[in-house]
Amino acid sequence: MSFTANHPATRQQAKIMNRFELTKRMVVRLKQNEAVIGGIGYTNFDLWAAGRRPQNFYMLGSMGLACPIALGVALAQPERQVIALEGDGSILMQLGSLATIAGRKQCNLTIVIMDNGTYQITGGQPAATAQGADIVAIARGCGLAQSAWAADEGGFEELIDLALREDGPWLIGCRIDQEKPADTTERDPARIRDQFMRGLGVKR
Amino acid sequence: MQAEETRAWHQIVVNVLKRHEVRLITYVPDNVLRPLIDATHADPFFTAFATTREEEALGILSGAWMGGLRGILLMQTSGFGTLANVIASLAVPFQIPVLMMVSERGTLGEFNIGQALVAKTMRPVLDAIAVENHTLTRTDEVEFILDRSIRQAIATQAPACFILSPLLTGGKVFQA
Repeated sequence: MSFTANHPATRQQAKIMNRFELTKRMVVRLKQNEAVIGGIGYTNFDLWAAGRRPQNFYMLGSMGLACPIALGVALAQPERQVIALEGDGSILMQLGSLATIAGRKQCNLTIVIMDNGTYQITGGQPAATAQGADIVAIARGCGLAQSAWAADEGGFEELIDLALREDGPWLIGCRIDQEKPADTTERDPARIRDQFMRGLGVKR
Repeated sequence: MQAEETRAWHQIVVNVLKRHEVRLITYVPDNVLRPLIDATHADPFFTAFATTREEEALGILSGAWMGGLRGILLMQTSGFGTLANVIASLAVPFQIPVLMMVSERGTLGEFNIGQALVAKTMRPVLDAIAVENHTLTRTDEVEFILDRSIRQAIATQAPACFILSPLLTGGKVFQA
């Protein structure tokens, strides 16, 4: 597949990067009011830290549901690009959602997986990803053919640009380190939901 | 035009969903729900598809609601048993009026002890997280309960759950 030609095929070959740094690089590339769904934990903390956007949604407790929520937004607003930002532990809980997304061929949806091989927020217990589970390979097996590991920061930016430009669904795997997040999301769910709906133009 | 009283329960459900612009149907398959699932697949008004888990279906509906699209989750009792966390941590605190419809197993002739036990958890869970819920037993009440409850769910930004009793649907019958 041409789009992965310059990117490593395996998790082991991908550079270990930093979650906050990658999140910032992603957010600056969002110029069309793209919706971003931040999964539970440090993934959404760093999305919060990367700058408030009314098109960001921050989950609180429903671990594993970033991809389904993003699919719902993408179904409701087919003209808008939607990104699910999810951790490896979280997506391992809801692998079936990758098959559902592949089956829907949801062309305005991109999944970004931040993979540090651990349940970092609960003390760094190893996840199945540290023992050989490869989320990109799993995604391909689910039918998400446009799935790739980001080789490095530049490769990540290329993949994000490609995903925002061309029909998906896409899945971008990112190896990340064990750095703590840069901030903590404000836990006010009613406000998060209300601002998100206004950011999507559903409420005025 | 047939009177609502002479229509099948699933035809009444389809009509009320259409009246309220409930277009997205996410479900985990169930035999009793089959006529409703088939009707939503056959009608281009709806987008209907199966998900791998009920939690996933609820997540999809939550995102769709925030994006301006209304939907309902169809499942059976054992599926509802997997939902307590996501109702309590997503639908309720974020004030998302997720609509749920459960075909009731575990009572009135159940033959599977696992179904009978998980069914006992359903109403206590719904009541514990203060989710409006109604058990539909009579065809002549389906339209009123669904119509009013969908209005209330949207107006109060709160989930609602409809339990389809075997008294309404006939349920799943034990084949000896």
